Amino acid sequence: MSMTVTPAAPRAGFLARRRRSYRLFIAPALVVIGAVIVFPWLFTLWMSVFDWKIGSAAHFVGLENYETLLVNRRFIEAVVHTFYFTALAVVVPLLLGTAAAMIFHREFPFRGVLRGVFIMPMMATPVAVALVWTMMFHPQQGVLNYLLSLVGLPPSLWVYSPTLVIPSLVMVEVWHWTPLVMLIVLGGLAALPTEPYESARLDGATEWQLFRFITLPLVAPFLVVAAVIRTIDALKTFDTIYVITGGGPGTASETINLYLYLQAFAFYNIGTASAVVVVFFVIVLALALLLLHVREKTKWS
Amino acid sequence: MELKRASAAAGPGSPARPARPVRLRVRRALRRLGFWLSVVVIVSPAILVFLWMLSLSLKTEIDNITYPPVFIPSPPTFANFVAVFEQNSIGRYLWNSIVVSGGATLVALLIGVPAGFGIARAGAHKLTVVILIARMTPALSYLIPLFTVFQFLGLNNTLTALVITHLVITVPIVVYIMAGYFETLPKELEEAALIDGGSVWTTFRYVALPLARPGVVVGTILAFIFSWNNFVFGAVLAGRETRTLPVAVYNVLTFEQLAWGPLAAAAIIVTLPVLLLTILIQKEIVVGLTHGGVKGS
Repeated sequence: MSMTVTPAAPRAGFLARRRRSYRLFIAPALVVIGAVIVFPWLFTLWMSVFDWKIGSAAHFVGLENYETLLVNRRFIEAVVHTFYFTALAVVVPLLLGTAAAMIFHREFPFRGVLRGVFIMPMMATPVAVALVWTMMFHPQQGVLNYLLSLVGLPPSLWVYSPTLVIPSLVMVEVWHWTPLVMLIVLGGLAALPTEPYESARLDGATEWQLFRFITLPLVAPFLVVAAVIRTIDALKTFDTIYVITGGGPGTASETINLYLYLQAFAFYNIGTASAVVVVFFVIVLALALLLLHVREKTKWS
Repeated sequence: MELKRASAAAGPGSPARPARPVRLRVRRALRRLGFWLSVVVIVSPAILVFLWMLSLSLKTEIDNITYPPVFIPSPPTFANFVAVFEQNSIGRYLWNSIVVSGGATLVALLIGVPAGFGIARAGAHKLTVVILIARMTPALSYLIPLFTVFQFLGLNNTLTALVITHLVITVPIVVYIMAGYFETLPKELEEAALIDGGSVWTTFRYVALPLARPGVVVGTILAFIFSWNNFVFGAVLAGRETRTLPVAVYNVLTFEQLAWGPLAAAAIIVTLPVLLLTILIQKEIVVGLTHGGVKGS
């Protein structure tokens, strides 16, 4: 390769050679990413146009898997459940996470330790957390109904009620992921300039006005990033729902992910499941593009 | 509002002249009280769930199902932990988890650290886009193809299959964090080394890599934690002997529906290592997570 470099341009050759060696650094990772990430994407796309149950022969059906999905009541309901769950699981952590970030942005004793405690839920194993919440939700012996009785409220059925199951699951999700929103917003607050506050204070602005008209607009890009990350994670929630309700009672908390799991690993309908993945992916991709767009605009990492 | 409350507290009976400093002091005290109250409100749910988990694991079954609930175990018992280890061969599953998460993290480091360096220096940002999209794809969608291939290769129910699958989690985290970290390092030192006749490899090995150690630490920890926490890969791919810890803990639930003590003990065994890591190296985790909102599948 270096033979083709003309002596007149040794520096260009030097750079080109270097670029090539940098590519060699990436090559092993490319192979692995191709095998475990890109290959599954393509395989899924391919299988989604086949009718295939594990153990029998596959045959080509075109777009039939998609057509049956889009008129399948259970799937449509799963989509609705997913959006309901996601909307709540984005908005609530965003509000609480911003409030928490405002608190942790101040200086106060034990701040480091308390912040450590606050982010513990985020790192905890979801299955372990889900088990503890399952016990807390128990209508007779659960601690949550005891807490309700302490403040004079009647007991609730929590995840055993078809109408309350999704809000109850959102509680777990809020507990689990509010810290991530807090960290992102806290990062935004740390980067704020001090001058606007000083001049606004001189003009007699209240704390609320400072927050509403200076802080909020300035951290807005971080809030958008947090919102998009939270949306993606909420759409993908699986462990807690699977462990706590398994999609029940009935199918009241069955999200797209739960439906996908059943199709793939309970019924072994690989074709249908692949079509579900593709539809799911299209939903998430719309948000993926939004995330990339937002990242381009903010460029903070 | 603050003002009204403060003046009410100061009272109409206070003398006219020195009222001001008193009122100010009360107002400040109230404000501080309000602040600490909000700290308590925002932090207590986090700690209370873990304390309740601990409480359940240290109580007898009788104490666990009485109403109203007992919070402080008296006396505390380790019988639940003993029972979990004796009846469910948790020791073996603990080992499986260490092998799977350790193996997947090691492979991710071996290929991901150089890749991060290459991406940062060659400007191959298309790969980070692939990684971002991978971050957005539900974990289950990787499972169907990989499950099918492993079945074809006869690898289902093996730890090898689990390690390979966990690369889906660990490789993107390490590549993404390392690419970001190498980009923050100054290039001058490397250029000097190259001009002195060093190869790109020696520059990487002896100049860039030592400087990137903090990034490697963050990447290793986050990759390990998110792999350790993963449930669904093991739930689908593992057999009886190759279960990872979260899968084994879930099985305690399905087989002993009402044995809360052992259940909580199992939950603590799986999540305690992660919580300890979180507290020990909180600062590094915070940095790693805020730069890019990385999270495992």
